[in-house]
Amino acid sequence: MDDHLLQLENVTKDYGDRVITRVLHGISFTLAPGEFTALIGPSGSGKSTLLHLLGLLDRPTSGRILLRGCDTGELGQRTLGRFRGHTIGFVFQFHHLLPAFTAAENVMMPILADRGRPDDEMRRRAAGLLERVGLSDRLHSRVTELSGGQQQRVAVARALAMTPALVLADEPTGNLDTQSGDQVFALLRHFNREQGTAFLIVTHDPRLAARCDRVIELVDGRITSDRAGAAARTHAPSS
Amino acid sequence: MPFEWLVAIRYLREGRVQSLLILAGMAVGVGVIVFLSALISGLQVSLIDRTLGTQAHIVLRRPDEMPRPLLERDGPVDVTSHVERPAQRLRSILQWQQMIDSVERVPGVLALTPTVTGAAFARQGSANRAVLVRGVEPAGFARIIDVSSKVIAGRFDVAGTDAVIGSELANAFGLTVGDKLRLSAADDRSDVFTIRGIFDIGNKDANERWVFVSLRSAQTLLDLVGGVSTIEVKVADIFSAESIAGQLSARTGLEADSWMKTNTQLLVGLRSQNSSSYMIQVFVIIAVALGIASVLVVSVVQKSREIGILKAIGTPTRRIIRIFLIEGALVGLAGSVLGVALGAVLALFFSRLATNPDGSATFPVDLNLALFLRASIIATVTGVAAAVAPAHRAARLNPVDVIRYG
Repeated sequence: MDDHLLQLENVTKDYGDRVITRVLHGISFTLAPGEFTALIGPSGSGKSTLLHLLGLLDRPTSGRILLRGCDTGELGQRTLGRFRGHTIGFVFQFHHLLPAFTAAENVMMPILADRGRPDDEMRRRAAGLLERVGLSDRLHSRVTELSGGQQQRVAVARALAMTPALVLADEPTGNLDTQSGDQVFALLRHFNREQGTAFLIVTHDPRLAARCDRVIELVDGRITSDRAGAAARTHAPSS
Repeated sequence: MPFEWLVAIRYLREGRVQSLLILAGMAVGVGVIVFLSALISGLQVSLIDRTLGTQAHIVLRRPDEMPRPLLERDGPVDVTSHVERPAQRLRSILQWQQMIDSVERVPGVLALTPTVTGAAFARQGSANRAVLVRGVEPAGFARIIDVSSKVIAGRFDVAGTDAVIGSELANAFGLTVGDKLRLSAADDRSDVFTIRGIFDIGNKDANERWVFVSLRSAQTLLDLVGGVSTIEVKVADIFSAESIAGQLSARTGLEADSWMKTNTQLLVGLRSQNSSSYMIQVFVIIAVALGIASVLVVSVVQKSREIGILKAIGTPTRRIIRIFLIEGALVGLAGSVLGVALGAVLALFFSRLATNPDGSATFPVDLNLALFLRASIIATVTGVAAAVAPAHRAARLNPVDVIRYG
């Protein structure tokens, strides 16, 4: 049994048809189940591109991405989509909730999109998750009526709806004030500890990165450092 | 509610202005179709009704007498011959009882009746008028042409030496029910009839010239004892009259004239009316479909972020496509309900405008369930078809693009 959750082997990504720009140069690393990792680096270093590749939203130009030991390059678009939906959750920078729906509907949307028909079980799951992120009183509010911090917490709940093994978060606190940002970060940490969900968090904030178990730094499309975070050093004995 | 329906309905509710625009376009389109169809088919039904109110669907008669030259023109002997067409006498259909039996068995034939029809003079004092004597069996004839309901005085009864005449003839001779009328035919045969009824069949010529008598009286008067001159036939589907006439002619050897042949002009008129109405409808549908498609394309562009999110959270492409097709179908269906109401109101309003002197509609508009169903199906299919291109546009969206650029 392969104990890697996600494995990148020499992954590159080029953009452009005539003038080819190589955004990622031979990236290789692995993520273990339950790991809480920060991905840092300056703007334009390829963090988002890497995140989209990891999230299987995009395919690499060369190299292999193995999800639970399965080569994703060999999967068809449809299987890949299903696989992604069941394994990976997303928290985007601009929350990216669906404004036409309520908080509860947004949270159950991934399950609904997968199964096609709502049932009580997914309603209960959505309500439970919203309760865990402290929004049990806003279940039926339109997401447009929520504050930025609340919206991002709904987005966290949605990312966890399918009980994914890995959640990818692109600057989840980037647009929030410090207090809301801390709240959201604490939630991510909470779910990581409680459910063993692995997280990969793209962030600019060195303060947040320091609170992760592992910090991968990307500069100009290359990994320049991959070290244990401050949190790992503190928590290492207990885990 | 399934996922696709939930999202489609929510998006329609969300994009209020767009949805209303599409609905309005659809309603106007369907309204035009319903209005036009109701008007035209109402007009046609009333035209055909009027035409067939005074004639049988098919009339069978004995073929014209033709001389048979003893020498054929292209035969071995070279002759020049002039073949003169003889004057046609009134002759009976041979073995007409057997003919009736065999005509009755032809599929599509509803009713038939033998009649004796021939020319005569009506005399009243020194007044003298050419009339058409129609010897009928009242019960059988009523199933071919409904005269009884058009009788304005007395009743339709031609037993013995009774007769029923038209209103114009009654006026001309100053006749009322109970009066006597002398009819004379060729060779000085003549008879006196008692008038039992006066009809107004809505056709001046018929009102002036038709005199209904019993089959037996007509046979005597027209020197056709035991014979009949024509067999009049009613068919189930009036538009198959021509093909049934062909079958009857082949089966009996008689000459069969359908109403379609005797009213070619009317039919050509109706057909061109139909085709122009179809053309208008097709262009209306195309215009509506283009309108819906363009509004939906705009809504796909506006919603591209949300479509990207839906894809990123794992919504299969086929579900995305279905969302838009359902939106198209829903506006089509809702628009058709509004459109049917609009068209029906317009048609009824129009039929109020065009009235006869007595206040009744000149022609009834033909609003029926089949028309409504047809319009709704056309609208729904149009809605779905119009949504195909926008739906595929949505399906092609790359979630990465919309997520990256917010």
